[in-house]
Amino acid sequence: MTTQAFDPGAEAARATGAILHDTLHGSARGVVVDSPPGAGKSTLVVRAALELADAGRPLMVVAQTNAQVDDLVVRLAEKSPDLPVGRLHSSDADPYDKALDDLPNVRKSAKAGDLTGLAVVISTAAKWGHVKVDEPWRHAIVDEAYQMRSDALLAVAGLFERALFVGDPGQLDPFAIVGSEQWAGLSYDPSSSAVTTLLAHNPELPQHRLPVSWRLPASAAPLVSDAFYPYTPFRSGTGHDDRRLAFAVPADGSGADRVIDEAAESGWGLLELPARHTPRTDPEAVRAVAAVVRRLLDRGGAATSERSPDPTPLTADRIAVGTAHRDQAAAVRAALTELGVTEVTVDTANRLQGREYDVTVVLHPLSGRPDATAFHLETGRLCVLASRHRHACIVVCREGVADLLDDYPSTEPVQLGTLVKFPDGWEANHAVLAHLAEHRVPHRP
Amino acid sequence: MSLISTLARLEAVSSGRAQPAATVRHRRLSDRPLVLVPLTTAGEAGAPLGALVGTDRDAPHLLVVAQPRDRDLRFAFLSELADVVLPYLDGYAESVEAAERTETDPETGKRVKVEVELCADAPQLIVPSRAGVEFLRLLGRSMRFRRTAEQDPETPYPAPPRLPLLGRWLTHFAERARVPGASLLPAVTDLLARHWASGQSTLEDQHLGALLAWIDPPEGVTGAEAALRAELDRDAEGQLLCPPAGPATDPAFDNRLLAPAIERYDRARTALAAAEDGLEADDRLGALTAAEREIRALVESRTRPTWDAVWRGLDLLRALPEGAHVEERWTRDRWSFTAHRDRVLAGEPPQPRRDDAVTAANKLAAREREQARLEAQEALDDPLVMAGRRLSGEAFAGEVTDVVMAYSEGKRPSPRPLVTVRTDDRPYLGERARVYRSLGGRPQAAEFVGYEDEGALVVLRIVDKMGRGKEPEVGSVPEKGDPVCFTLFEHEQRGGAKLPDPEDTPWTHGGPPGEAAAPEPDPVTAEDLL
Repeated sequence: MTTQAFDPGAEAARATGAILHDTLHGSARGVVVDSPPGAGKSTLVVRAALELADAGRPLMVVAQTNAQVDDLVVRLAEKSPDLPVGRLHSSDADPYDKALDDLPNVRKSAKAGDLTGLAVVISTAAKWGHVKVDEPWRHAIVDEAYQMRSDALLAVAGLFERALFVGDPGQLDPFAIVGSEQWAGLSYDPSSSAVTTLLAHNPELPQHRLPVSWRLPASAAPLVSDAFYPYTPFRSGTGHDDRRLAFAVPADGSGADRVIDEAAESGWGLLELPARHTPRTDPEAVRAVAAVVRRLLDRGGAATSERSPDPTPLTADRIAVGTAHRDQAAAVRAALTELGVTEVTVDTANRLQGREYDVTVVLHPLSGRPDATAFHLETGRLCVLASRHRHACIVVCREGVADLLDDYPSTEPVQLGTLVKFPDGWEANHAVLAHLAEHRVPHRP
Repeated sequence: MSLISTLARLEAVSSGRAQPAATVRHRRLSDRPLVLVPLTTAGEAGAPLGALVGTDRDAPHLLVVAQPRDRDLRFAFLSELADVVLPYLDGYAESVEAAERTETDPETGKRVKVEVELCADAPQLIVPSRAGVEFLRLLGRSMRFRRTAEQDPETPYPAPPRLPLLGRWLTHFAERARVPGASLLPAVTDLLARHWASGQSTLEDQHLGALLAWIDPPEGVTGAEAALRAELDRDAEGQLLCPPAGPATDPAFDNRLLAPAIERYDRARTALAAAEDGLEADDRLGALTAAEREIRALVESRTRPTWDAVWRGLDLLRALPEGAHVEERWTRDRWSFTAHRDRVLAGEPPQPRRDDAVTAANKLAAREREQARLEAQEALDDPLVMAGRRLSGEAFAGEVTDVVMAYSEGKRPSPRPLVTVRTDDRPYLGERARVYRSLGGRPQAAEFVGYEDEGALVVLRIVDKMGRGKEPEVGSVPEKGDPVCFTLFEHEQRGGAKLPDPEDTPWTHGGPPGEAAAPEPDPVTAEDLL
C-alpha cells in the first residue's frame, strides 16, 4: 500500500472546485458545504459570490449577524472593487459598520427596493425575513447555515430559487428561549438548524466538506478533528515546523509563565488550579486568566507563520479570552483593566464564533462547577473555545473536572425521530481534557 | 436559577418559611375559575379514574369511573365532564364586545382594520399541578378526533354527542398553556412557585401540599417540617394524609383500597348480569350500587384535600394585587379564546395531530416573543423582580446627579441630553450599549457613553421620546435628583418575520403539506395484548 503525501493546498483546491462546479453548473436546488474551523469558509463564500455574479446571476447572501454581513461586504469589495454590492440593513441607529461608507460601489439601504438590479445583495436572515419580492433571486448563499434556525430559513426560502449553504456543524447549535419539545422529531422542527431541516426534506442534495483547516496549527487540528468531527476528519494546512511562538523575556518561574512556555512549545497549555467549588466568576481563576494575558503581552511574544518569513509581534489584538458566560467575561475584563490591559477581546463562546486569534486563553466552562448541565456540556461551546487560535490555546481550569464529568453523564432525554448528535459533549469534553492533561501546569494562587 | 432566587431559597431555608418572589400577582385569576382535580388510573395512559370539578368551592361535582378500563363508563365520565365544562365555556363565548384587528385584505394585499368580536372575558381552567395540564392535553387528544353517530352513522363506536367538542377545547387550553404568561389553564403549583421561593428544590415544589406547607405553615411548625409531613405522613391504614395532587395516585392507595374496591365492583356487576329473576336482580343491583358508592367515596377522599388546597392556594394568590401588565396579557388570552370559539362556530375541523412547518414556526416565534415580553413586563411591574435583573447586571437604578444639554450633529439638531446617574448596581454595559427606561408606560432609549468615578457614575445620552422641537418636551428628560431605573433589555418586542402561508411552504421545508392523509394505525403486535 502506498501512502501519498497529503498536499493540503491541492486537496482544498479540489474540494473548492467541486463545490463551485455543483453551485454553478449542477442541477440540484441546493448545495451543502460543511466547513471545520478556519477552513476558508469566508474565502469560499466570497469566491462563489464573485463567480455567480460573473455568470450574471442575481445573488442574495444571507448571513446571521450584522458583523458577519459587514465583514463579507468588505471582503467582496477587497476582491472586486468594481462589483456593485447592496447592503440591506435595519432601520435602527448605526445599522452597519462605518467602514462601508468608504466603499464606492457598496450601496446601503433599509429598503430592498432600492437595491434591485445590483449584482449582490447582502443582509442578515432577520432582515431578509421582512423582504417581499415578486420575482425570486436566481441564487442565494446562506452563510453560517448551521447556526441558522429552521424557522429563519422558512421565512427566507421563498426569496430564492437555488442556494449554497455553508457552515460549521461543530459549532454552537441555534437555540430557542422557550421549550420546543413538542416538535422534536419532526423533519421541520423550527428550533433545529436550517441544514438539518433542509437535508431531511432533500436528502439527495450534494454535500461537500472543506478538508483543510488553515487556522488551526498542526498541534490542534488532530485533537479538534478527533474530538468534535470524528466522522468528517480534517487536517491542518500547515506542518509542525511552519508556526512558531517565541518570547523575548524568559520565564520568571510563575505558573502563568510556565503555562505560556508549555503552550508556546506544544500548542496547548492547561493551568490547573486546586479543586474547589466556586461561584461562576471564580475570583482566583479570573485573576489567573488575567495574569496569563498580562504575561503574554509583557514577554514580547513573536509569532512566526507561513504568512510571512518575519515574526510578527504578539499584540493585544491577536489575543482573545473566551468564557462560557457573560458575567465571567465581564469579570475577566474588570480584572484585565486592573492590570492595565484594555485592548484584548474578552467574550463568550457565542460571540467568538467565526473569529480568529494567535493565542487564546480559555476559562474552562466546567471549572469549579458542582454540576455539569447540558449548557456547559454542549459540544459546540467547547469546540468554539478550542478552535479560535492559530498558535496556542491556554486553558485555565480547576482540578477535578474529569471526576465531575464522571459524576454527571449526559441525561438528556432521547427524542424519537431526531438525529442523535455525535459525539456528545460529555465524550468530547473527556477527549479534550485527556489531551490537555499532557500539558498540565499546576498552579497555587 | 438566578442569583436572587438562590438567595431567596437560602433565606427560606434559614427562616423556615417561603420568601416572596414577587410583590404583585403576575398572572390573571378569574373571578369564577373552573377548578378541575383529575385522577388517572395506574397502568393505562389516559384512563381517567375520576375528578372533582366545578366553580363553587363548597360544592364540587364528583365524577367517577368505577371500572376505568370499561370504555362505556369512560365515555359516560367524559360526557359528564363535558356537561360541566362546556356550559361554563359557553357562558363566556356569548358575551362579546366590539374590537378592531388588522388583517391582510385578500384582494389588495393591504393591511386594513376590521371590526371583529372579542369575548368580554375568558374562562379559566385551573388544575393543581403541571401533570394535570398534561393529562388534560392527553384527554383532549383522545377525544377530538372521535366521531359521533350524528357526524358519521357508520362509525363502529360512536362517541357521545359533545365529546369531540370537549376534546377540541381541552386541546386548545393545553396548547395555550405552553405560551409564557398565558392564564387560560394555569397549574396552581406553577402560580405559587412564581410568587414564592420555598426552601426546597423546584422539583419538590411540584408537590402542592409541600409547597403550601412552605408558604403558609401551621402555627409553630417550620416550612421544612410541614413539607416533610405533607410528603410522608400516613394514617393507621398506611394512606398518605396529604394525597398527591394527581393525576397519578399513591401506589399504597391503589393496592390496598382501590384495587379491592374495583374488584368488588366487578364481581357485583358479573353477579348482576348472571341474575336469573327480578328479585335476585334487585338484590344484586343493590350490591352493585353499594360497590360503586364505595369507589366514589374513595375517589372523593383522594381529590377533596387537593381541591381544598387549590382554593387555599388561590386565596393566597388573590391577596397579592394584580401587576400592571397582567390585564394586557389577559386580553391576549381573550383573543385566543375568541379565535378558537370562531373556529368551532365556523365548522372547521379539529386541530391536526401535528403542526405543519409554518404553524410550528409561527407558534415558536410567538412564544419566544411572549417569553421576552413577560420577562420585561414582570420586571417593570415589580421592583422585586427588577432587583433580580439589577443583581444580574441587566438593569441599574440610581439617582440623576447631573444633566447636560447637548445636541445631535446634522442639519436639524435634535436634543441629545447627557444624563449622569449615580448607581450602586454593576450593569454589564458594552460600548454604546442601548438602555431603556419607562416614561409614562412607553420605553425611552438612551445610549451608554461611559463610566465616571470608577463605575459609580454612569453617563447616558437620551436619544428619543423628547418631541419634535429643538427643546425637549417638559418631563421627557430626567432632572437632577430624580430616581431612575434603566434596563439593558428592551421593553417591547418587535414583530417577527412574515412566514409564508402553509400552502406556500418552500422546498427547503418539504413543500406544501397537501391533503392530510389519515396515517395507517400501527400494526398490532403480540406485545399489544397483555
